[in-house]
Amino acid sequence: MDIINAIVAFVNFVVVPATAYGAQLALGALGATLVYGILRFSNFAQGDTMAFGTMITILMTWWLQSMGVHLGALPTALIAMPVGIAVTAGLLLLTDKFVYRFYRKQRAAPTILVIVSLGVMFVMNGITRLIIGVEEQNFADGERFVMTAGDFKRWTGLSEGLAIKSTQAITVITAIIVVAWLFWFLQKTRTGKSMRAFSDNEDLALLSGINPNRVVNVTWIIVAALATIAGVLYGLDKSFKPFTYFQLLLPIFAAAVVGGLGNPLGAIAGGFVVAYSEVFVTYAWKKVIGYLVPEAWAPDNLIQLLSTDYKLAVSFIILIIVLLFMPTGLFKGKSG
Amino acid sequence: MKKLMLATAATALMAGGAFAEDAKIGIILGFTGPLESITPSMAASAELAIAEVNASGKFMGGGKVTSARADSTCVDAAAATAAAERLVTAEGVNGIMGADCSGVTGSVLQNVARPNGVGMISPSATSPGLSSAEDDGLFFRTAPSDARQGEVIADILGERGVKSIAISYTNNDYGKGLSDSISAAFEAKGGKVTVVTAHEDGKADYSAEVATLAAAGGDVLVVAGYVDQGGKGIIQAALDTGAFSTFYLPDGMYGESLIEAIGPGLNGTYGTVPGTDSEGAAKFAELAKAAGFDPTSSYTGESYDAAALIMLAMEAAKSTNSKDWTAKVMDVANAPGEKINAGELGRALELIAAGTDIDYVGATAVELIGNGEAAGNFREYTVTDGKFVTDKFR
Repeated sequence: MDIINAIVAFVNFVVVPATAYGAQLALGALGATLVYGILRFSNFAQGDTMAFGTMITILMTWWLQSMGVHLGALPTALIAMPVGIAVTAGLLLLTDKFVYRFYRKQRAAPTILVIVSLGVMFVMNGITRLIIGVEEQNFADGERFVMTAGDFKRWTGLSEGLAIKSTQAITVITAIIVVAWLFWFLQKTRTGKSMRAFSDNEDLALLSGINPNRVVNVTWIIVAALATIAGVLYGLDKSFKPFTYFQLLLPIFAAAVVGGLGNPLGAIAGGFVVAYSEVFVTYAWKKVIGYLVPEAWAPDNLIQLLSTDYKLAVSFIILIIVLLFMPTGLFKGKSG
Repeated sequence: MKKLMLATAATALMAGGAFAEDAKIGIILGFTGPLESITPSMAASAELAIAEVNASGKFMGGGKVTSARADSTCVDAAAATAAAERLVTAEGVNGIMGADCSGVTGSVLQNVARPNGVGMISPSATSPGLSSAEDDGLFFRTAPSDARQGEVIADILGERGVKSIAISYTNNDYGKGLSDSISAAFEAKGGKVTVVTAHEDGKADYSAEVATLAAAGGDVLVVAGYVDQGGKGIIQAALDTGAFSTFYLPDGMYGESLIEAIGPGLNGTYGTVPGTDSEGAAKFAELAKAAGFDPTSSYTGESYDAAALIMLAMEAAKSTNSKDWTAKVMDVANAPGEKINAGELGRALELIAAGTDIDYVGATAVELIGNGEAAGNFREYTVTDGKFVTDKFR
């Protein structure tokens, strides 16, 4: 019984939140890695693209709610999301047309494009804050829980509860669908294949008649979709605040680099590696260990490697370790 | 020449006894800086007390009290010291109402009040550090020390049969000071503090912080944070994961927005917020409204009381000299004596002149304890059916 309690406590405080967070990071990192693979630069505006897409979705959600449209147990934001994706895709295509295309024509070095994306990031940052403000926004509605801790305790008679929020379930399910679709698209469709060809060798791709503008535009649209979905899921599960989205940039890049920049599979693995490490390293193991060992051995202190204040630092540490020992990431990426 | 001097001295002596004496009070508050939104009402409250005394015409046998404002900036100790120095040297004030924030108050006390021997009463400095500061008997405050809140919280938790608590505090001086005082007071009463951890404000997700708190366990989670910030996030995450179901809310966590955000999960949670149901508070609210400012703004009652205490102590000491009047502050503020509410300053002056002892209650039910700081009045409440229901005042 104690072992079961230990497992339940572990799942409730480590596995469930880390899985949801990992899925959100994976989607964000997929966007960053696609830009790196196909357009060949690190897009610093990724976090703020997520914020922008989420903002449009929130505004749309509010409008739908005011019209009395609801999805029952599911959050209304799910219907609003396509609009968010469309508007974000429009913004990214315009940015590409007026900013990135200029530098692409000049065949600018990736470092220059990185700094250009930094500028784009600040502009997007400003647009989001001008429209929705800097305050925290909550837009989750519908059923809050798939299973509450109290219900779980009543059903099982255990002393530990297990709660699964509906937003966590939605996050994981949506992430699986999106990732499956993306891989199907990249592997099976003509456009997907041309994107991969463009990523592997730009000159050869051009010689074989692939339209570079089309590849670039499709990439931005997919990035807009991934960023908006990741942002909306993060916002539903936690809360929306422009500044926290800006801060997501670090774990997202840590995830992309760990997995291997430019490699979609790596981005997903990286997302989960970063999320699980953050939670593992900052989790206080006292309770779990207390259930597993005889009472006399139960620990007095928290058995916590790092205080939760250092959560963000874990991303840095992983980034440094990976760059030192596996510069191309877990799955061979294009960096290094 | 000698005769003339003697005559002058004699006249001066007699004047002290028989003639009216004027006084000037310096009001030093952060008119610029982080508290700039509440300080105008605080200054207005102090000036309200001064106007009331002047209208009665009974101060020191018909003397007038004037005031001079100065800017403490709340955060810049050097600027506050310079401003206070100006009040003392250029304006020649007999007492200081202020300063507001704990940091600048401490520096004005050490750099201006003590060297010049000028008494000061702060309406809003709540740092526990000021309780033990060297003050030569010149410093008082009408706001309770944060340590006092810790004791009150430990009392309430004890009365409600709580054996163990976990504390999560907002990572700044306020949160740290408050959590220290709560854990010290609770442990002194024999309770067990399982864990004390900080949380950063403005994050999207507090599940990691809550996981740590949950690992340590405890009957009640004390959330020493802010209602619209991390404190709310901690409560939400703790309820979501089923880590805690009952919370204790110190002053920074009181707000309708919390009930709106959390919903029914908050029922059964309890806490304290500064407040009093005294007659004086109601009377002060009336006076403030008539004077055209908001009595519910923070520390207005405390400001009124600080200014009133300075003037009443001067009357009791029959002197505007700081050394004399500061010695009388505790007598005037505490029992025994005739109870004096806000709006009765004229009567108080009359009673003191007649030799009757008074117990100044004022706008905030002032009771000075220890080194001359307010015991504080707290409203204890429980969240019941989505409402803050007052249990009692203490």
